[in-house]
Amino acid sequence: MRAYVPSYDLRVPKLLSEALALLAQEPGVWRPFAGGTDLMVLLEAGKLDHRKFFSLAKIDDLRGIEVANDSAVIGALTTYSEILKNPALREEFPLLCAAARETGSVATQNRGTLGGNIVNASPAADSPPALLVYDAEVELISQRRVHWVPYHGFHTGYKKMLISQEELLRSVRLPRRFQSWRQYYRKVGTRKAQAISKVCFAGTALMQRGAIGDVRIALGSVAPIPLRAVETEDALRGKSITPASITIAKEVLAREIVPIDDIRSTARYRLRVAQNLLEEFLTLLAK
Amino acid sequence: MNGEPRRVTAYPVSRLLDVLREEMHLTGTKEGCGEGECGACAVLLNGAIVTSCLVPAIEAEGAEIRTIEGIADSAQLSAVQEAFLECGGAQCGMCTPGMVIAATALLERHPHPNDAEIRDGLAGNLCRCTGYQKIFAAVVRAYESCEAAAATKPGAQ
Repeated sequence: MRAYVPSYDLRVPKLLSEALALLAQEPGVWRPFAGGTDLMVLLEAGKLDHRKFFSLAKIDDLRGIEVANDSAVIGALTTYSEILKNPALREEFPLLCAAARETGSVATQNRGTLGGNIVNASPAADSPPALLVYDAEVELISQRRVHWVPYHGFHTGYKKMLISQEELLRSVRLPRRFQSWRQYYRKVGTRKAQAISKVCFAGTALMQRGAIGDVRIALGSVAPIPLRAVETEDALRGKSITPASITIAKEVLAREIVPIDDIRSTARYRLRVAQNLLEEFLTLLAK
Repeated sequence: MNGEPRRVTAYPVSRLLDVLREEMHLTGTKEGCGEGECGACAVLLNGAIVTSCLVPAIEAEGAEIRTIEGIADSAQLSAVQEAFLECGGAQCGMCTPGMVIAATALLERHPHPNDAEIRDGLAGNLCRCTGYQKIFAAVVRAYESCEAAAATKPGAQ
């Protein structure tokens, strides 16, 4: 059943300080509303239980992409379209841009935000695997403090995160050390456009004398959280790419992921595809 | 709103789609899925294509909005609309306003789109009648006619 719209509140603070004051005064009562591409769907379906929100739309402090010497900092309210238009991100962080391009349609990319994609905390979200392999950090801000936490570890369980009810996610920081790494991103969904992923895979690797010097692998839709596959990475680090090392890595990955049956796919299909994507990534590295 | 200031009263999370249709009586914008998947409710919000079912009314306050009613220049159809007519790009018509908005937005970003850009630009708009080929043809016709018109303008080389 559709939601009863008058029962919802959506305030529009103009300053970050006003938003933080709302969060501090009544923790848990007010929740942020970013691009709305998830919340408005829940609202229309009558499944948006929370009633009081504040829009981030007017808070310019949350927007923008700044590229410094050693890192790129992306404001939480940056849309996918803004990510795609940024030459520095396109050059150095192609997996994030691939994720942005594969998220919904142009209309969704114009509204959906990077911060929203993170704190909505869907295990099927497209950008988290890219952020995980780039060693992203997220900036959390409240009236009391500002601090950075590694994005790997930020999601602690299904829809659970290391963010308190008083905090906002302000920005995402990506270290600029992946230029010479090989990069791979692939999303498998029901159709090419608009689909929510059945499995999505991001991988980066630093090749040294034909072997894997260092590697990062992360997947979406194979666990209750966006998953960094650290055990699979450990199995590959220092190895050259051979049929034997590929087979071992696929076995480790199978033990590391916990895919489920749901409306979009089956656990069995997801396991098979995740292993195939790993093999495709490794085969490309060997070339 | 389509070049004119408009004042309406709405709840903050009322969908822009409902405000357009029910308060402003701009019923050219259609509701398909109501969850941002089909593109029937697409409008231009500050020049960018959005699905109006996912935009809360309060975020449209002070914005420039163009709906399908604002695409034609009074009695003169836009090049995209003409091309849809010529190519048979519409059948039942439910997706057509959103398709025209998406094609208009696409040609503003890419005045001469290749096939991949056309598919990408229209990927958010579902059509259950045409099989899409005539719609893609209409987009090609639209930019060709724009280029032809530009070439025949006095002073053009």
